[in-house]
Amino acid sequence: MPLIELENLTKTYRIGEIELPVLRGISLSIARGELVALMGASGSGKTTLMNILGCLDRPTSGRYRLDGQEISGLSSDQRAILRNRKIGFVFQNFNLLARTSALDNVLMPLSYAMEDVSEKEARRRARELLERVGLGDRLDHQPSQLSGGQQQRVAIARALINHPPLLFADEPTGNLDSRTSEEILTMFERLNREEGITIILVTHEADVAAHARRTIHIKDGLIENGACDRAAPPPARAEEKTR
Amino acid sequence: MSLLPGRVYRTIRAALHALRRNVMRSALTTLGIVIGVGAVIAMMEIGQGSSRAIRESIARSGADNLMIQPGAASSGGITFGGGSGMSLTPQDAEAILRECGSVRAVAPVVRTRTQVVYGNRNWIPVFIHGTVPAYLDVRGWRDLQEGEAFTDQEVRNASKVCLLGQTLVRELFDDQSPIGQEVRVKNVSFKVIGVLSRKGANMMGMDQDDILLAPWTTIKYRVSNTQYVQSGQNTGSDASSGGTMGRIYPGQTALYPERMASQLADTPMPVRFTNIDQIQVAARTPELVPEAIREIRLLLRDRHRLRADEPDDFSIRDMTEMTRQLKQTSDLMTRLLLIVAMISLVVGGVGIMNIMLVSVTERTREIGLRMAVGARARDILRQFLTEAVVLCMLGGAFGIAVGRGSSWMVRTALNWPTELSVAAIVASVAVSVSVGVIFGFYPAWKASRLDPIEALRYE
Repeated sequence: MPLIELENLTKTYRIGEIELPVLRGISLSIARGELVALMGASGSGKTTLMNILGCLDRPTSGRYRLDGQEISGLSSDQRAILRNRKIGFVFQNFNLLARTSALDNVLMPLSYAMEDVSEKEARRRARELLERVGLGDRLDHQPSQLSGGQQQRVAIARALINHPPLLFADEPTGNLDSRTSEEILTMFERLNREEGITIILVTHEADVAAHARRTIHIKDGLIENGACDRAAPPPARAEEKTR
Repeated sequence: MSLLPGRVYRTIRAALHALRRNVMRSALTTLGIVIGVGAVIAMMEIGQGSSRAIRESIARSGADNLMIQPGAASSGGITFGGGSGMSLTPQDAEAILRECGSVRAVAPVVRTRTQVVYGNRNWIPVFIHGTVPAYLDVRGWRDLQEGEAFTDQEVRNASKVCLLGQTLVRELFDDQSPIGQEVRVKNVSFKVIGVLSRKGANMMGMDQDDILLAPWTTIKYRVSNTQYVQSGQNTGSDASSGGTMGRIYPGQTALYPERMASQLADTPMPVRFTNIDQIQVAARTPELVPEAIREIRLLLRDRHRLRADEPDDFSIRDMTEMTRQLKQTSDLMTRLLLIVAMISLVVGGVGIMNIMLVSVTERTREIGLRMAVGARARDILRQFLTEAVVLCMLGGAFGIAVGRGSSWMVRTALNWPTELSVAAIVASVAVSVSVGVIFGFYPAWKASRLDPIEALRYE
C-alpha cells in the first residue's frame, strides 16, 4: 500500500467572483521509504500541493489517502492530530523558536502529542535526535548562537521527535550556502536510507532534486511527469482526465 | 485526555518560557496587576485595621450593651413607668451569663440617687450604681486611672468600698488622689479604692464620669434599704415585701418570717427575693446583640414563669442606633474599597490584553509553526490563555507581597492599625486569575483562529 495516494485532486481558490484553479487534477502515489523531489516553477501550484499533502489545507475535490486514511474530509483538529503523528516539517527559514534552546525547540511538538511522554523520556529522545543530526554538543544553544546549517539540523531533529513516517522539506536549502546545503541533503538521504522515512523535498532547484530518487514536476496545476514510481509506467494523460 | 500531567506541565512550562523570552515586557505588563492587587491588599488591611479600631471604640462606647429593666408596676390603674416593677433578681443576671451563648458579661445594677459627702464638700452624682466587678467589663471600662476595682468577695460581704468617676473626684477632692479616703453616702462610710478613667458624655449627653460604683449588696442593704423611706427618690427597692414577691412568683411563697426592725438594722443580710433595678449585659460582638436579646427574652420568660399570652415583665433595650451606624460605616468602607479595587484591576487587565494582542501578532509565525507540528486550535487557545493567567497570577503574587509590605510600612512608620486580611488575599488571587482569563481570552481566541498556512508565511 502506498503511503500517499492522490486521485484527481483539485484546488480552486475563490477571490471574490473570480475562481482561480491552482491544482487541476493531480493523481499521484508515493510509496513508503521513497525520497521524492517535488519540483516546479513558482506559481505552478507546487506550494499548494505541498500544503494539501502536509494536511495543512484541504482539497476542493478529489481524494487524498495518507497511510491508508482518507484525509480530504477531516476537520482541522483531526488534521492537526494527524500532522503531529505522521508528518514532520522542515522549512526554508528554519522557523525555530527564538531565545529557546535547541533542546526545547526539538521538544516543542511533543507538547501537542496525544501520547503522554514523561519529561525524562522526552528529553532523552530529543538529546538522541540532536546527537544524530550532529548537534550533541549544542543542546543548550539558542538559534541565534547557531549557524544556518545547524539551525536547519535542529529543525530536522524537531521534525523527527514524534517518529513520523513522512517528512516534508519545503526548500530546505533555500537559505543555505552550497556546502551546507550539501550537508543537509546528505542528511536527508541518510535518514531515508537508514530510517526508511519517506521524504518529500519541495524545491525549484534541479541540484537539490538530483538528490532524490524520483522527481515529480508540476506545471500549471498538473503533474508533468513523475506521478508514479519509475518502476511503474506513468498513467497516460487521457486516463487521468477520464477519472 | 487534555489533562495528562506531562502536557499540563509542558503547557505551564511553555507559558513561563514564553514570558521569560521577554522579561521586561512581561514585568511591565503585569505591573498593572501588581499595583492593583497591592493596592487592594494594602487598603483592605489598613481599612480592616481602622474599621476594627472604630468598631472597638464604638463597642467601648456601648454598641454591644443591652439594658434589661423590670416592666412597669401598676396599682389601681396607675402605672409607675418603665423600670418600676420588681421582677429582676441577681439570680436572673447569673442565669443570663450562664445560659446565653452570645453574652459576654452581665452586671446586675442597683441604683440610687443621693448625696455623697467628703469633708465639707458634697455632691449628688448622676449615677450611684451598686453592681459587681463585671460591670466594668460590660461598660468596657476596665482600665482604672488609679487604684483597683472591688472584688466579688467584697460584693458578697457587702463591703463599704467604692470607685469614683472623674467628675466626682473633681467635685469632692479637687483632683487630689482620693484613694484610701472615706466618703459618706447617706451616712454610710465608703472607702475609695479606685478612680475610673475618663469616659465623657454618653449618647444622651449625660456625664458618665459623674458616677459612684460600689458593691450592689452594699448599696442595696446598707444605703437604700436603711434610707428607703426618707430618700423617696429610689424606685422602691424594698426587698422584704413578701407579699409583692409572692404575687410575682406564685409557688414560691415560703419566705423568711418577718424580722424585727432591730434585727434588720443589725444584720443586713441578703434575702432570697432581692430585686434589682436593672441588668446590664454585654454581647460578645455588636452584631450578636439581636441574638442576645432573643436568648435573654426566652430565658427570662422561662424563669419568670410567664404564660405564652402574658406580656414580658421586663424590657430589653439596646443601642440600635449605634449598631446601625456602625454597620453603615463599615459597609460603605468595604464598598468603596471594592470599587477602587475593580477599577485598578480592570486597568491592569486592559494592559494585559493589549500586550497579549501585540504578542499574538508578533508570534504569528510561531503559532503557524505550532499548528503545523500538530497544535489544534484549542491547544493554541489554551497556551495563550495560560500565558495570560500565569502573568496575572505572578502579578497577583507580587501584588500580595507589595500590599503586605506597604501595609507593614504604614503600620511601622505611621503607626496605623492594620490587620491581615485573608479574604483580601484569596479574593485578589481569584480576581487576578479571572482578569487573566477574561482579558486573555480575546487575544488567545484570535491566535487560535489563525490559518496555519497564512501564519507560517507571515513576515
